[in-house]
Amino acid sequence: MNVAHLQRQWRGYTKYLFMEGYLDDQFLLVQQLQDEEKPDFVVELASLFFHDSQRILDGLTNALNQESIDFKKVDSYVHQFRGSSSSIGAQRVKNACIVFRNFCEEKDANSCHKCLQQVKQEYCLFKSKLETLFSLEHQIVGAGGSIPVMSS
Amino acid sequence: MSIESCNCIEPQWQADELLMRYQYISDFFIALAYFSIPLELIYFVKKSAVFPYRWVLVQFGAFIVLCGATHLINLWTFTMHSRTVAVVMTTSKVLTAVVSCATALMLVHIIPDLLSVKTRELFLKNKAAELDREMGLIRTQEETGRHVRMLTHEIRSTLDRHTILKTTLVELGRTLALEECALWMPTRTGLELQLSYTLRQQNPVGYTVPIHLPVINQVFSSNRAVKISPNCPVARLRPHAGKFMPGEVVAVRVPLLHLSNFQIYDWPAVSSRNYALMVLMLPSDSARQWHVHELELVEVVADQVAVALSHAAILEESMRARDQLMEQNVALDLARREAETAIRARNDFLAVMNHEMRTPMHAIIALSSLLQETELTPEQRLMVETILKSSNLLATLINDVLDLSRLEDGSLQLDSTTFNLHSVFREVLNLIKPVASVKKLLLTLHLGPDLPVYAIGDEKRLMQTILNVVGNAVKFSKEGGISITAFVAKAESLKDMRFPDFIPVPSDNHFYLRVQVKDSGAGINPQDIPTLFTKFAQTQTLATRNSSGNGLGLAICKRFVNLMEGHIWIESEGIGKGCTASFIVKLGIPDRSNESKPSFAPKVLGNHGPSNFAGLKVLVMDDNGVSRTVTKGLLVHLGCDVTTVGTSEECLRVLSHEHKVVFMDVSSGIESYDLAVRIHEMFTKRQDRPLIVALTGNTNKVTKEKCMRVGMDGLILKPVSVDKMRGVLSELLEHRVVFETI
Repeated sequence: MNVAHLQRQWRGYTKYLFMEGYLDDQFLLVQQLQDEEKPDFVVELASLFFHDSQRILDGLTNALNQESIDFKKVDSYVHQFRGSSSSIGAQRVKNACIVFRNFCEEKDANSCHKCLQQVKQEYCLFKSKLETLFSLEHQIVGAGGSIPVMSS
Repeated sequence: MSIESCNCIEPQWQADELLMRYQYISDFFIALAYFSIPLELIYFVKKSAVFPYRWVLVQFGAFIVLCGATHLINLWTFTMHSRTVAVVMTTSKVLTAVVSCATALMLVHIIPDLLSVKTRELFLKNKAAELDREMGLIRTQEETGRHVRMLTHEIRSTLDRHTILKTTLVELGRTLALEECALWMPTRTGLELQLSYTLRQQNPVGYTVPIHLPVINQVFSSNRAVKISPNCPVARLRPHAGKFMPGEVVAVRVPLLHLSNFQIYDWPAVSSRNYALMVLMLPSDSARQWHVHELELVEVVADQVAVALSHAAILEESMRARDQLMEQNVALDLARREAETAIRARNDFLAVMNHEMRTPMHAIIALSSLLQETELTPEQRLMVETILKSSNLLATLINDVLDLSRLEDGSLQLDSTTFNLHSVFREVLNLIKPVASVKKLLLTLHLGPDLPVYAIGDEKRLMQTILNVVGNAVKFSKEGGISITAFVAKAESLKDMRFPDFIPVPSDNHFYLRVQVKDSGAGINPQDIPTLFTKFAQTQTLATRNSSGNGLGLAICKRFVNLMEGHIWIESEGIGKGCTASFIVKLGIPDRSNESKPSFAPKVLGNHGPSNFAGLKVLVMDDNGVSRTVTKGLLVHLGCDVTTVGTSEECLRVLSHEHKVVFMDVSSGIESYDLAVRIHEMFTKRQDRPLIVALTGNTNKVTKEKCMRVGMDGLILKPVSVDKMRGVLSELLEHRVVFETI
């Protein structure tokens, strides 16, 4: 496949991700930080995020499965998740966390469970989309091209 | 006398006896009378209270009594009488003689007195008669005065013209017992007198007499009541009784004062006066004559009537004026309310249309531009471009209309920012070039050498103005070229141009930009030039008839130029000779001191401050790994030497005086605030202490206040872009403080 086609594909996909709200401007920022000195900055950050998120999600599942739910703990997990997702630009995940936090404040167990499901779903979507994007980038680089710079 | 001694003859004839008898009787009666007179006197004097001469009376009484006594005693002397009788007779005669002489002497003194009393009596009688006469006169005058007062009161008690005049006639008729009383008023034309009111005849026929009769002139020329002949036309009011003598007639003028006669500081002018004529007739066959006091009464009444009439006229006038004012007030009020309603309606309309019209326009423009970026066939591309162009034009027009309304209101205010003046012109050129090249017009731009690069003003509207002017030049030119020149207008040249409304005021931090756009197009008839700047007016010249002139463009330009304290004008030598549009506006000269930054604005113009932070040692504290990594990446990208920590303890352990800045994420909780306090405690000397900047995602004033309270040096909001961080760092290094406005 030629580089131009791949690049076009990448461009289109990125646009799609932005339009659908999976990514927001923070992601662009993150991309800007990638330069010659740190060529894998974005990928590294993403893996860090995935690692962290997994930990948080496990903790959340655990906490909500208790008989008496410690909402404070739940809230702190959600807060962390929100911070991470907003730092990387995972917009939908972040929004789901905000909703989750509201229900935590109300100490509504049922809704919290639902929110957890929602957050998990969004996270999975985000992860898979980002992985697709990274594979595209990998292909581009493999084909000898360079990843285009997206302007906001 | 005894008979023996007397030599009297004592005839003894019968005739003597007869004579003696008569003498005897006479003496008796005389004595009687003499005795009775004093009695009478005493009686009557006692009766009367006043009689000054009692002594005289006594004397006189004594005289009379003695005389009587003498005559009585004389009775005894006719016969033989004794000597005693003779002695008594002699005594009484002597006494009588004495008293009568005394009385005679007394009378000499008394009689003149008595006579003078009589004279005085006569004099007093005359005097009394005279006084009576005068009294009568005064009474009459008093009567007259009372009548006048009463009349005046009657007349002045009403403000209605008719009533005044009618009352006058009635009262006069009554007071003076007139047969007829009439009032003649001047007609509108002023050439005739019309019989308006009469006393006895109920319906005066509109009988007129010409005003310039000699008798009328005579009456009008004096303010006195004038006797006139009963045969003159004004006096012939009743059908002539025929055989009887008509009563005397008097006429007097009644001045009719109008409002206009009363000048402000001046009593009514004597000239230009209208008079009415009052005619009064005494009853016929009464042989009455007009008395002076009656004439005076008439004159006074006439004056009073005049005053009363003028009052009535003034009142009428003022009431009419007041009614008129009230009507006008009502009308004005209505108009004002209508105007307010209209303005409100227009504002509502504008407010709605502002939003309603712009939203779809923006949607069209946005989507068309998005469409442009997708893959299109050439025809499709052309179509999309046309759509875009047309919608831009429409958007501009809508904005123009809305702007113009705001401009007219005076509610539009110009922005004032620093902008690149040269680039404004270049951009205009770029925008116009396509159109000009299609029409094969040559576009040239010449910027004066002293034209500053940067200026302070409303960039958008200045560009709009230039664009409009240049656009017009292009629109109305079919061939040739358009030349745009821009330069700084010098003070002298400003003074040379004499425009009525434009007074340039030179000052130190402003300059006047002059722009001239010359075209070689159709030109304009000099007569049409004044209407060019009025909105919606279109000149019907041959050249313009085919083009769709923008009715508002020049009008808006003019308003913008005026707001910028300038002037815009067009010169043309005529049809076919092209035209030159010029304008002058006032712009500010930027200098460093104008730019003050009380708070840090995130969008900073590039190339500002030190962008070399190589080796700057910073510490990042964030308990969220991902966030920490991003912040670190950001700072590393800018060249800093970054250390990261995840907890406060770690931070305090790692922190040293080498670190210049500590970035801490405060979204985690209170920990960060404590940390800030602890850092302050750690570093007692101010220079050594690193600057503490909080990073937070929440825009809360409370957060900001907390940061300031614990002694943090800065606060910035996430998300932080590269440029923003760059700005923050330079701000920190320069001012050691950076608080973003929340």
